[in-house]
Amino acid sequence: MENRITQINSSLYDQCIADYATRSSLTSTETAEVSAIREQAFQLFKKLGFPSTKVEDWKYTNLVPALKEGFELEQDEEVLSVKDSIIAKAAIQLLDCYHIVLVNGKYRPDLSDAVPVEGLYLSSLSDAAGKPAFKQHFGKYIDLEKFHFAAANTALFRNGLFIEVKRNTVVEKPLHLIHITTTGEPTFFQPRQLFVMGTSSSISIIESYATDTNGAQVFINNVSEIVLQENAQVQHYYIQAGDEHARYVHHTEVYQQANSVYNNYKASFPGTSLWRNNLNVALDGENVESHLYGIYLAGGRQLVDNHTIVDHRKPHCNSNELYKGVMKDEAAGVFNGKIFVRKDAQKTNAFQQNNNMILGKKAVMDSKPQLEIFADDVKCSHGSTMGQFNQEALFYLKSRGIGEEKARALLIHAFAFDITEKIPLPEVQTHINALIEQGLK
Amino acid sequence: MLSIQNLKASVEGKEILKGLNLEVKAGEVHAIMGPNGAGKSTLASVLTGKDNYEVTDGQALFEGKDLLDLSPEDRAREGVFLAFQYPVEIPGVSNINFLKTALNEIRAYKGQPNMEAKEFLKLLKEKQKLLEFDAALANRSLNEGFSGGEKKRNEIFQLAMLDPKLAILDETDSGLDIDALRVVSRGVNKLRSGKNAFIIITHYQRLLEYIVPDFVHVLYKGQIVKSGTKELALELEEKGYDWLKEDSKETEAADILLPR
Repeated sequence: MENRITQINSSLYDQCIADYATRSSLTSTETAEVSAIREQAFQLFKKLGFPSTKVEDWKYTNLVPALKEGFELEQDEEVLSVKDSIIAKAAIQLLDCYHIVLVNGKYRPDLSDAVPVEGLYLSSLSDAAGKPAFKQHFGKYIDLEKFHFAAANTALFRNGLFIEVKRNTVVEKPLHLIHITTTGEPTFFQPRQLFVMGTSSSISIIESYATDTNGAQVFINNVSEIVLQENAQVQHYYIQAGDEHARYVHHTEVYQQANSVYNNYKASFPGTSLWRNNLNVALDGENVESHLYGIYLAGGRQLVDNHTIVDHRKPHCNSNELYKGVMKDEAAGVFNGKIFVRKDAQKTNAFQQNNNMILGKKAVMDSKPQLEIFADDVKCSHGSTMGQFNQEALFYLKSRGIGEEKARALLIHAFAFDITEKIPLPEVQTHINALIEQGLK
Repeated sequence: MLSIQNLKASVEGKEILKGLNLEVKAGEVHAIMGPNGAGKSTLASVLTGKDNYEVTDGQALFEGKDLLDLSPEDRAREGVFLAFQYPVEIPGVSNINFLKTALNEIRAYKGQPNMEAKEFLKLLKEKQKLLEFDAALANRSLNEGFSGGEKKRNEIFQLAMLDPKLAILDETDSGLDIDALRVVSRGVNKLRSGKNAFIIITHYQRLLEYIVPDFVHVLYKGQIVKSGTKELALELEEKGYDWLKEDSKETEAADILLPR
């Protein structure tokens, strides 16, 4: 094994290595291509292991306490039941959408709405293995050398969801993916998704998360690959709320072809112990637009880590990234936004802004913008701010009779509003605003 | 309603108010004029409880209560309102939500229930009409993108909505063009009643032609050195503030010569 300093010494690593060996009997039902992808990923994971804080991208996010927990690897299980109340709680009020329920990563049509849309196809990853869209795109975009958890997931994933939107298909109602993790034992899950959006297609996808584990710790290592073919338009929402026995490492790899538009709105709330998001977007065609918005409200002793990569590979593309955080109590936050502008990406407009309000005396935030620009005719900017309440604004509100607590709540809302006002679906906006209200208490 | 006695206040260690006295009764409009640096804004800040201002002596009683002992929000809830000279922009806080929250906090303080949404909207429309205030502005974020004049008018609109007992207008006229000045003045005049009182802090006499005061006081070097009726304002306009300085210099000189 190479370089032990950059790896965490954990039994989970050994369990994963062992699991791969025993799984070869199961994977005999998979296509040769998928097996090959798994093997390559496994070799990389064997080399990389789970990252220690000596790895630059994990410098501020120490996994040792989390991985110290004893986890079981997920077993292939019977069809698990899920309490109706869990699904109901995750639903977004008044939103007319298709509810898609996934249990431990497995697509459950029996618990989901039917999706009778011509041109829209949903299935498990295993059922999709023969489809051209799957073969063309599965496992093709992530640079696994750099992403330990993605390597582990690619080698060992069990359950997954495949979504294909055929060319010219406009899906009118949004899809609401409700990811439910249920188990009685501390478990390490590795769900995976592949979404392929065809040329000139259009869809909105909302993803939210729930756990039903009776207090047992769970670690969820999720990988999502999203491909936007030419002129596809995707509105993608993540509502990341959960309980403190849940830890998520969430890798989203987006690949965009010419003229496509990808808008990602991510809201995360106090509760889960750890949320590490890797959101990578490759703009690999001309005239691509990517907008990444994030609002993270962190509290307790939570750690919220947002790592993003926006990779401008071709000319005339626009990207805009705005992430705002409110750090309460003893929460810790990390933001690392990388922007690459390749040599050929002339006339790139790439903007990034990270603003943080540090409210807790012991709260911490590390923010690092990173720009690597290799083209010479571009407009790029980045900014990062940390602060507390604007005293002038606070006094103004008080001078109108508004008490300290309400005044602070108003100002935090105002701060977060910058992000939530950009949410196009009003029902989702209302839902997220309500979660922000709750998270502020 | 308001009784200020020998008020002394400093900011950053420097004494600005040096023994200010003022009596304001319900139904009255008092104008406070004075040159820059006299302490006009300090007076406004001290009365509303702004941080960084230290009261070193004297007292201010509002309806018999010790005003200086109350938090800024309690002063507002008791019925003191300051129309700021430089209103803050707070993007993301809607004007309407802000007003509703303020109104309801004041009502809660008085033991009243929250205002019904319908009632609130009715009040909103009524006051908009009264003040010729553009409804579009009401729907926006607090002061965001407002011109200077619009911000000042928004202050008066808030005044109308919150219906305070004592309203302090801090240089509301500065930066206003003549049309805006007329509209604001019309609004304030409509709000005057036997139950409330106004303190109009201004540098220029012009505003006082539209909002005619019952009393005019001149604030100079942290004290009220002269009081009179609206004619005093005209005299100041004519003679300028230098006249006062002459006047007070003579008094100072005289003080030195008098035996103690």
